[in-house]
Amino acid sequence: MSSESSIKVLESRCVGCKLCVKACPFGAIVVENKLARIDLAKCTLCGACVEACRFEAIELKKAVQASADLSGYRDVWVFAEQVDGRIQSITYELLGEGRKLADQLRMNLCAVILGSGIKEQTSELVARGADKVYVADRPELAYFQDEAYAAVLIDLVKRHKPNVFLCGASTIGRSLISRVAVSVKAGLTADCTGLAIDPATGNLLQTRPAFGGNIMATIITPNHRPQMATVRHKVMKEAQRDPARQGKILVEAVADALLKSRAKRINFVEETGNVVNLAEANIIVSGGRGLQKPENFQLLRDLAGVLGAAVGSSRAAVDANWMPYSHQVGQTGKTVCPKIYFACGISGQIQHLVGMSSSEVIVAINKDPEAPIFKVATYGVVGDALKIVPMLTEEFRKVLGK
Amino acid sequence: MQFIVCIKQVPETTDVRIDPKTNTLMREGVVSIINPFDMYAIEEAVRLKERVGGKVTAISMGPPQAEAALREAIAMGVDTGILLSDRAFAGSDTWATSYTLSRAIRKIGEFGVILCGKQASDGDTAQVGPGMATHLDLPQVTYVRKIETIDDKHLVAERLLESGFEVIDIQLPCLLTVVKEINEPRLPSLKGKMAAKKAEIVKWTAQDLGAESEKIGLNGSPTKVVKIFTPQPRQGGKVLKGEPSEIVPQLVQELRDIVLGSAS
Repeated sequence: MSSESSIKVLESRCVGCKLCVKACPFGAIVVENKLARIDLAKCTLCGACVEACRFEAIELKKAVQASADLSGYRDVWVFAEQVDGRIQSITYELLGEGRKLADQLRMNLCAVILGSGIKEQTSELVARGADKVYVADRPELAYFQDEAYAAVLIDLVKRHKPNVFLCGASTIGRSLISRVAVSVKAGLTADCTGLAIDPATGNLLQTRPAFGGNIMATIITPNHRPQMATVRHKVMKEAQRDPARQGKILVEAVADALLKSRAKRINFVEETGNVVNLAEANIIVSGGRGLQKPENFQLLRDLAGVLGAAVGSSRAAVDANWMPYSHQVGQTGKTVCPKIYFACGISGQIQHLVGMSSSEVIVAINKDPEAPIFKVATYGVVGDALKIVPMLTEEFRKVLGK
Repeated sequence: MQFIVCIKQVPETTDVRIDPKTNTLMREGVVSIINPFDMYAIEEAVRLKERVGGKVTAISMGPPQAEAALREAIAMGVDTGILLSDRAFAGSDTWATSYTLSRAIRKIGEFGVILCGKQASDGDTAQVGPGMATHLDLPQVTYVRKIETIDDKHLVAERLLESGFEVIDIQLPCLLTVVKEINEPRLPSLKGKMAAKKAEIVKWTAQDLGAESEKIGLNGSPTKVVKIFTPQPRQGGKVLKGEPSEIVPQLVQELRDIVLGSAS
C-alpha cells in the first residue's frame, strides 16, 4: 500500500520504441540509449503512456485509497437554472442527457430548483423528463446568490446522496457548483461535451476539451460521489416536452442558517437592445475588423433580427470599442456552440477559432481568400461582408416570409 | 490591506500545435506565459494597492520553472512571490489545487481580497477560484468586470452575467475572479524589471503548508483522467464562387432548414 503515487519505467522491459513519447500529451518522456526516461517535473501522472506501451514497461502506482461505500448514492440530478423564474434552456439540455444516463443506471432523474415562487415551474421539469423535482422555495433564493445557493445544494446533496449531479457550464453554474463539489469532496469536471456510463463500472465517463479544444480528455470520478459535471451549452439535445408525464414534487424545508450571505446584490442592469443571449443562441452573427466601423454592426443586427440570432464579435472589434466585451467570442471571451455561426469580416485567428469551431455550421464571409476562417468554414464566401450581409438579410426575409 | 493574487503558468495556447505525424500535442519549444486572465487579476491587485495602500502577494502552484511567472508579476508591481512546488502536488485536479492554494493563503495570514483570473486558458475550468473560497469559507464574486468602491470592511463589484451585469456589495475578506473587461494590464516598468530580477521568491513545499497528504496531488484529486486524445480537426467545406447575386440565394437555400428548425 502506498500513500503516494509514482510512475517509473521498468528498465528490463523497455525496448526504447518511443510509443510512450508519442502518447505523452505533456512532452514529458524522452528516449535515451533505448530507454524511456520520464521527466517528473512535466509528468502529470495521466497514464497515457501506460496505455500506449505494448511491453508493460511503465508502472503507474496510484495511491491506494480506502474505497468508500458508494452504494448509498442513487439518482441522477440536474440543477434547474432559473433567472427571474424563467427556466434556462440549458436545463432542458441537461434533462435530455440526464434521462439517458438515469435509464442506463436504472435510477431516477431528478431536477433541483431553487428560487422564490417557483412551484409553477416544476410541472415543466416533469414534462421534460424529471421523475422527481426537489424544490427550495424561499424569498431569499429569488435570484442567484453564491453562498446561499451553495449552502442549500450542499444540504440537499448530503441528505439525498445523488450518484450523478449535472449543472450547466453557465456563469451561475460554474460559480455555484464548484463550491458544492469542494464542500462535499466530490469530483467535478468542467464544461463537458460528452457524457456516457461505463457499463462495466457504472462510472460516469466525462469528456471535455482542454487546451482550447486542441485535446480532449475523458475523466472519471471512481471513488467519490456524487459524480459532478458542468455541461456546455448547446451540445446536448433538449428533452422533448411530454405534458402527460407524471413526477413527484418534493418541497424541501430550508433552514434559515443556510440562507446567510455575506454578499448582496444591490442592482441588476439588464443589457438593452436587441439582445439574444450568446450562450443560448441557436444562431450567432459575428463581426470583426472587416466591418470597418462600429456603425456597420447594424448590418449584423439586422440579419440577427430576421434570424432571431445573437450578435457576436471578434476580439479585434471589442478592443476597438465597437462592441461590448460581453459579446466577445473566443479565448478571452465566450465559447459558443450554435447551430449556425456567421463570421463576417473575421479573419479567424486561432484565439477566435477555439471559441466557435465546434459550431454545427460555420459560414465565413471575408474578402481575403487566404483568411484562416475558411479552413473551418462549412460555407465560405469570398467577398465584402458589407455587401453580402445585407443581401443575406433580404434573402432570408423573403424565404422566411418576414 | 494585503491583496493576494493567484496565478498559473500555462503554455501559450497559440503555440500549441498538433504534430501531423503522431497526432499529439507538440510541446517542444512551447513558450510558457502567465495565464492571460491572471494578468487582469495582477493588474487589479496592483491598482487596489495603489488605491488604498498595502501590499500584493502573488502565489503560484507549479513546477520550479513557474518562478518565471512570479517574477513577471513582480515586474508589474507585485511585492512578494510565493511558489508552491513539490512532487507531491503533481496530478492535482481542481479540488486538490484549490486546497493547496488555500493552505498557502492561510499561512500568509491576514488579507483583504484574493483575486484570480476567471479561468486558466489550458484547463478552462473556472473552478479553482470558487473552490478556494469554499476551502477558506469566504464569500465570492465571480466574473468581476469592475470594482466600484472599496474600504476596510467591504467592496462593491460588478459581475458580468449572460444577460447584463449585477452590482454586488460584499464583505471583506473575500475572493474575486475577474474578466478581461476590468482593466488593461500595464507593461512592466524598468524599476519593476529590476525588482523582479533581485526579488527572492519564497518557496513552499507540501510540508511547509502543513498539507494533509490525502488532500494533495493525485491522492487528493477525486477526478482521474483516463484518456487523452486529439479530436479530428475541423475540415473546411465548400467555398461558394460566383456573383453575390447567385451565391446568396444558394447559401440561404442551404441554411433554410436549419434556420426554420432552430426557431422555437
